[in-house]
Order: sequence, then C-alpha cells, then structure tokens
Amino acid sequence: MKEFTYTRAADTGSVLAALAERPGVALLAGGTELLNWLKEGIEAPDHLIDIGGLPLYDIEETADGGLRIGALQKMADVARHPDVVRRFPALARSLLLAASPQLRNMATLGGNLQQRTRCPYFRAETGALPCNKRTPGSGCAALAAGAEDTAALFGWTEECVATHPSDMAVALAALDATVVVCGPGGTERRVPADAFHLTPQEAPVQRHTVLRDDELITAVEVPGTAWPSAYVKVRERASYEFALVSAAALVDLADDGTLRAARVALGGVAHKPWVLDGITPLVKGLRPADTAALHAAVGPLFEEARPPAGEGFKADLARRATVRALRDAAAVREGDR
Amino acid sequence: MSAPTVAPSSTAARPAPPGPDAGLRRPDGLAKLTGAARYTGDLPLEGSAVGTLVCATVPRADRAVVHADEARAADGVVAVLTAADMPRLHPSPLLGTTVMPLQDERVRYEGQPVALVLAESVEQARYAASLVRVSYEGLRAATGFDDAEDAVESAPSMSPTDEERGEVEAGLAAARHRVTRTYTTADRHHSPIEPSVTHARWDGDTLTLYDSVQGISLARTALAEVLGIDAGQIRVVCPYIGGGFGCKGYVWPHQYLTAAAARVVGRGVRLPLTRAQMFTSCGHQPTTRQTVTLGADAEGRLTAVEHHSVNAASRDDEYGEDATAASGWMYATPALRLRRRIRHTDRAHPTPMRAPHEGPGMFALESALDELAHEAGIDPVELRLRNEPDREPLTGRPFSSREQRACLLRGAELFGWRERDPRTGSMRDGDELVGWGMAAATMDTYRSASTARVRHTADGRTVVETGTQEIGTGQPGVIATIVSEVLGVPPATVEVRIGDTRLPAAAMTAGSSATGSVGSAVHAAATEVRDRLAAGAAEAEATGSWAPQEGSDGLGRHPEVAIHTYGAVFAEVRVDALLGTVRVRRVTGVYSAGRIINPLTARGQMTGGIIWGLGQALLEDSRFDARHGRFRSKNLAGYAVPVNADVPDIDVSFVDEVDHHASALGSKGIGELGAVGVSAAVANAVFHATGVRVRDLPIGVPDLLPGLAPAAH
Repeated sequence: MKEFTYTRAADTGSVLAALAERPGVALLAGGTELLNWLKEGIEAPDHLIDIGGLPLYDIEETADGGLRIGALQKMADVARHPDVVRRFPALARSLLLAASPQLRNMATLGGNLQQRTRCPYFRAETGALPCNKRTPGSGCAALAAGAEDTAALFGWTEECVATHPSDMAVALAALDATVVVCGPGGTERRVPADAFHLTPQEAPVQRHTVLRDDELITAVEVPGTAWPSAYVKVRERASYEFALVSAAALVDLADDGTLRAARVALGGVAHKPWVLDGITPLVKGLRPADTAALHAAVGPLFEEARPPAGEGFKADLARRATVRALRDAAAVREGDR
Repeated sequence: MSAPTVAPSSTAARPAPPGPDAGLRRPDGLAKLTGAARYTGDLPLEGSAVGTLVCATVPRADRAVVHADEARAADGVVAVLTAADMPRLHPSPLLGTTVMPLQDERVRYEGQPVALVLAESVEQARYAASLVRVSYEGLRAATGFDDAEDAVESAPSMSPTDEERGEVEAGLAAARHRVTRTYTTADRHHSPIEPSVTHARWDGDTLTLYDSVQGISLARTALAEVLGIDAGQIRVVCPYIGGGFGCKGYVWPHQYLTAAAARVVGRGVRLPLTRAQMFTSCGHQPTTRQTVTLGADAEGRLTAVEHHSVNAASRDDEYGEDATAASGWMYATPALRLRRRIRHTDRAHPTPMRAPHEGPGMFALESALDELAHEAGIDPVELRLRNEPDREPLTGRPFSSREQRACLLRGAELFGWRERDPRTGSMRDGDELVGWGMAAATMDTYRSASTARVRHTADGRTVVETGTQEIGTGQPGVIATIVSEVLGVPPATVEVRIGDTRLPAAAMTAGSSATGSVGSAVHAAATEVRDRLAAGAAEAEATGSWAPQEGSDGLGRHPEVAIHTYGAVFAEVRVDALLGTVRVRRVTGVYSAGRIINPLTARGQMTGGIIWGLGQALLEDSRFDARHGRFRSKNLAGYAVPVNADVPDIDVSFVDEVDHHASALGSKGIGELGAVGVSAAVANAVFHATGVRVRDLPIGVPDLLPGLAPAAH
C-alpha cells in the first residue's frame, strides 16, 4: 500500500478542521474496514487520523426513552449493553450476527455504517474489472455476470447493482433511528437511518452515503419504543458471513395477539436498508405465526423487486424473511425486554 | 408439509476426551499453539529481498506489455523482472503446470505472472506492484466449461479414460429399476490458512530453498530440471506447512521464479503469495459434470453401472479428475462402463485437492445409489450391503482388506439409523425439517518409496531423521509412536527431525500416503536398531527403507491386489422449512483403513476431513466468471468454508483391521478418506428432510426454496 502519515486526534474540532483543510485524509476508528480498502487499493489516503481517542463512547438515555450511542462504541459492547438487549432486541441481534467476535471487538458503530458494498467486483484484488463505484464509467461487471446472490432487488440501476452489507443499519432503519453527524465548525446534522445510504437511483454511484467529506459521525440515536423487535439473517454459512437477505421487524400487537402495526426493513436487497413502506395495512389483523397468511399478505410489497438476472430466488427469500421476522418479533415476551 | 411432527431421538453421544491410551499428542503442538513454531514466512530475511507477483488480469492475450518505470523508481524497489530479464526455464512433469511464466509475453490464463517486483519490504514491493501498468495486445475471449468440447486426455495420469467390463446394455435391459442422473460439483480452492511462500538463497552454484511444500524431494527434483542444474546443488527446507490440501504438492511457477530471480539479482528472494494469488497460482479442484446410470433387479442387486465424468482443465495442460475410479470397485455388478473426459477452458490449471477423484466422484455415485434405494423402496444401508463385492468388479482382483460391511452396520447402529422413517418430510422439529442420510466413502491407496534413519544413543535418547513434511496431520507424533513401540522407549525420548532434503529421502505428504510409506521406512530402521541393541550394542544407528511391491504403478498402486480404504458416513441435517437454510446437526463416520497408528491424530484427521466434506456439500463454490475468464471472488469472504458454528457433533471410529499388503505397518492412508461421502450423505439427508433432490454442489437456499411451501405447521 501507499505510504501515509498517521496521527492521533486529540479532539473532534481538530478532526473536523483536518477534514476541511487537507485532502487525502481518512479517519481510522476500528480499522476493520479501512484496512481492507488500503490493502485492496480501493482507497489510498495520504493521511490517517486515528479518532479512537475522541470522546464519542457514551451511551445515554434520551428524553423520549431512547438511547444515544456514541459513534466509537464497539459493536460487541453495544450488542451486550443491557438497555440495548432489553429494549431493542433487533439491534442487539443484528450486531451479534455480524462479522466475527474479533471484528466486533474492534469495529465501531460509525465505521459499521460506512462499510462499502461486498460486491465481488468492487472487492476484487484488481481495479481492472468494470466497476463504476471503483472506476467511474467502467461499467458494472456484476450486472453483466447476472449473479443474483450479491445483487440488489430494489433501487439499482444499470450503473450499479450492489447491496449494502451492514446488518446494524437494517435494524436501525427499522427502529427509525437517526445518524448524528458533525460538520465544519461543529454544526450538527441529523439523518434518518434509512436515508443515510444512497442508492444509485439517488446519487452518482461513487457516493455511498450522504456523509460529506468534511463530516464525522458522532452518534446514533434510537428512539424509544414499546414495540418488540427481531432481526432475521439468512445466509448459507452459520456464522461470519454477510446476509443473503435479512429482515428487521418491529410489531405492535393487539390484545388478541394479532398484528396491529409493523415496521420492517430488509438487508441484502438494496444499497441501503430497504424499508417496506405500507406493510401495516397488509398485515393488520393477522396472527404473527400464520406463515401462509403473512406470506400471501406481504406479496404486494415485493412486486417492484427486480432481480438484475431476471427471475430468481431472492425476492421470495426476502418475503419469507419478512414473515419470519414478524413472527419472531411478536414472540419476544414482555419479560424478555 | 402435513407430516406429523416428530422430534428424532438423538443417539450420538459426545466422544469422551482422550485418555492416556488414546494416542500421542502432537510433539510440536505447544510450539504451534504459542506461535513459537516458525513457518517458512517467519524465517528471518537476513538480507533477502521480498517479492510480489504482478499477474495478468485477462485470460488470453498475444502480448502483455509491462510498463514498470514508475514502479522501478518507487522507494525500496530492487528490481522489476519481466520476461526480458529471466533465464530460460525447462518444463518438468513434476510441475503443477507446464506453462512456464516470464518466458514470453503471451498470456495463457488469468492470474499468470507477467512481472515480479522485488523490494526491501513486502509493503514496498506491493505498492510498487500497484504502479506497474500492463497493456494487452491481441485480447481474446475466454472459453468457459459450458462452452468447451469434451476432449480425451492424451496421457492419462490416473487410470485409463475408458474402461469397460461385461455387457452394460444387456444389464440395463434386464434391470427392474433404472436410475440415470446427472450431478455436478463446483470449482473449489484449497485455501490453506498459510498462503504459499518461497525463500530462495544462492551460495555460488548451490541453492537453498525454504518453502512450504508437501514434497521437499519432489520440489528439489523439479527445480533441478527447471533450472537445468544438478539436484545435488539444491537443498529444500520445509519446517512446517500451514495447510496444503494438495495445492503445495506439485511445483508451481512462483517457486521456480523465486529461485531464478534470486540468481538474477544476486541476493536472496522471498516471495509470499497474496490470498488472491492463491486462487490462480497453485491449482484448484475443477468443476465436474457426471452422469451415473444404475440398473438393479427387484432385490436391488446391480445389473449395470455406468459412470461418465467430465471436468474443466486449462487450455495448455491436461488434468483428469478421476471421478469415475471408485465406481470400478465399490459395488458388485456384472457390467461396468467408466468414461472420463476433460474440457480445455481458459483458466489457471487445476490440481488434486482433498479429496481428489473419489471426493467429487462419490458424490455422484452415492447420490445415485440413494435415488435407486428410494425408487426401489430399499433401505439405503441394506442396498449397499446387498451389493458388497467379493472381488474388485472392474478388474477381478482380490481386495487386500475390506471391512465395508462392518462400517455400514456399525455406523448404522451408532447413528440410530434403525429409527429412520423412510418417508421424506417425516421428521420435523420446530421450524426445521429433519433428515437422515448416509453414503459410503472410499479412497484409493497411493504409496511411494521412503527412507529413514534411526539412531539410539547410550543416554537412552533416540533420533529419527527422514525427509518428510509436517502438514498439520501430526506426522512427527506418528513417527515417534512407531519408534517408541518398536524400541520400547517413551515417546518423549524420541526426537523427530524432518523437512530437509539433507535427511534421508521420503514420500510426499500427499494422496494420504505419508504414514504408510514413511512410517514403514521408519519401522524398518527402528527394527534394525532394536535388533542390534538386543544383540548387545549400547548404541545403534540404522537406515531403513520401504517401497511398494514390484510391479506397482507410478502412484504406488499394487498390481495384483486391490488396496483401497472404505467407510460409511451418516448425517443428520436440519433444513429451515421457511428459509431453506441447511445446517448439519451430527455426523457419524466409521472407517476401514488398515491399522491406525495414532488414534488421537487419526481421529483429528477424519474429523477435519468430515468438516472439509461439509464445505463441499454446503458452501464451497468458486464461481467462474466466463466473461472475464476469472474466478469471481479471490478472498475468503467470497469463498466460504465452514466455520466452527457449522461444525456439528462428529463421531468417528475405525474398524479393527491390519492390511499388510498396503504397508509394512499394516496401515493405509486416511487423510483424504474423511472428506469423501460427506456431501452425498448430506444431499441424501436433505432429500429425506424435504423431498427435494439436489444434484448440484454446493447445496444452497436457492435449490431448496422452490420446494418449500410457506405454510404454518
């Protein structure tokens, strides 16, 4: 890799100043993703600023009964935090099912959100393959290859069919969380979790998120909710693999145990967590364990799913994961939360 | 899925922890565990340059033009070598591929080295390599497996491409039940945890090569031929191998490039491969497409067996995956037809990978047996018992030993097979459909000449010297066990020295041949020492040797007796009834593999083999992108192998057996056997769980989803 300078940042202000003033700066937190980019030639910064010393570790209760989690919190620590486990099982589960213990011990929340796609062409050992994210204008080898497992169902274009790999982002989107970012002069900006990542339909494919070059993620805020939640991750390997598809669900149950309302976000199907808008009227009144009825009911939400390779398995799998996540969320008992 | 909900009884008990008689722990275990063991890449550089390969990113081109000025000017760069700088190299049959790199500008496969960057550090070398620009002239499209024509090997290395006995058509005509099915296995990569690394140093005309290789003697011979020097001028040292599984068996371009480059620049060179380069530099198991036809009478006795296989090979070399071999000896049949073909495609060359030949082949044969059992309404274990042969069906040779009947019966008992309800979809546990499946395992027995020296001194210590390798199987412990038994001394007093061509030459660690071949030589030397000590000597040293019987072929296969290993594998799988994910809950394997020298490491070998087989069954799939003529994902995120969470309860045992045809010790090879049959047992269990027959490995969610109706239970 290219040589670079390394400095440890003392405070947030100096990091923001460096981002604003110097080109070629990359921020280093857990390093589990940035080091991949450096080794594969995806990024070649001149300066690494280690932000591990910044005071972005607090987990505190917010006024609405939610949690504000510092961006430098490690995935492993958040996953086992009692308030997270009790109140936001989908978030705890999404973190626990991600990566490996070693990676979770290093990787931070802010870094997790900034992962880039695991599309095999973007991650190739060479930049010589067509990939618009890596080499603008070079094309999309994944679209041409027609492989379905790593390709999006929603929000893709001919430019790029990549998906976003974060499990946590899917849970955060379902939980209606907010990503708090800090820009020049310390100005704070609040971005809904389901609007943080950009699909190729929303922005040029070289822009992965709404985060600007001079901004830093400082925290994630999860609003309080009484709805139980669950996260389902579907993958061929039992652990340490990115999702084929995943689903995070929150449910509001009527007294008779039927669904009154639901919120679901999907992973592995778009370059952002894909929130299933309009699910509540479709599932209202159904029993969460009635697999066949739920599967039929959520069908309309997948009519717009477009596998790049044509007919495939992934839309049906996402639909089934939705059904399982709704049931699992409803099965979370009050006492467990 | 209206079948009754039945939770099967779990009969597999966890194996007891090893007691003092269970076998010898690895003498080098502590060093490996603590990191004190130094692998090839850990050895001090001592002034050597570090290299990195620049590889072709296209599959075929008339010319790769290397632009290296910027790289040559980068910090720390010693040299950027291209075809213009390299001496002429001479192909050898011991090479993984006969395509000699950096000899001209033609590109013959994606991943072929087109330049070698040498620098003071690996970071500098790799950065400089990123500055090398390669332009290609005369680009041509790649031909993939589906588009290539069948070809017949001109020089088959394993067995004849076409073999036949009896009247197949007549046997099929007389059959009550007939099954004809096509099965495929995926391209797979060995992916050892230690990527290949070679460190070459010249002292005048003498070369010392520190290398991670499965055969130091073979590497020395091959290098001598490639470099055009005498083998006596070459010393190969291999302290440990961090996994090989076949990809460090034959000698590959990066190894002789290292030696040649060290001579060109006049200083030592160490060349570590990157993980991505491991996907094109030292072989892979090629995809196979196999068609099996079985005919059977009303009782399930086979009337004919036909097995055709075709596998991918590279454009310039031949590699025949001998997938049909085991069909020549597994089941009694009056009529047999085996046919093997290859297809020349544009890719790096394949090579044997644990378990070669029988590994892909037994998936097809044992799946077909299961389909026949289902169609004929005969229990799969019973079907195999009814077709146990007395002599090798293809050749009529007697078997050296074959306890397959015992494997099947004991395996069935240990697994609790009797309780199986043969109806598919008949067992359910919560969200999961439960299936039980089984398959037979087998491997051929390869052997080669070995020598060993044993020295016992008056202080009670014993030193064993033999030029074998430690690939992780626990070979030093096996050797210490043998010597300890012969001399009647504690294993801890036996020092084992291996991994250096200055020691007596020994077999490759490949084809499951090391214990039988090297162990027999060690046994001979130790026996001679024992006899001299018994005759009154205070100290004694002897060199022993062992070789396959006269008339054995180049792979050490006996001319008159059929020597193979056998086993029966039983698996329980759980398939998520809604999501289609497959998890294996438990595996029972019972094996007939001659005398077991060290039960502890033998069990480790079989356990590892079974896990390896689970990878073949459910995960390993190196997708080939024909458009770009490359393997799609050259990393371990895109190429998944089992992790601990995938590993079920595994119960391994051996039938008591001694096979003196196979080796002086009575042992046969086991390393690859464990990986055989697992994928078929899993596929058969998946069928039992779901009613969905998957004939293409690996089995995945996309295969099962269409057959699983989303319904409550």
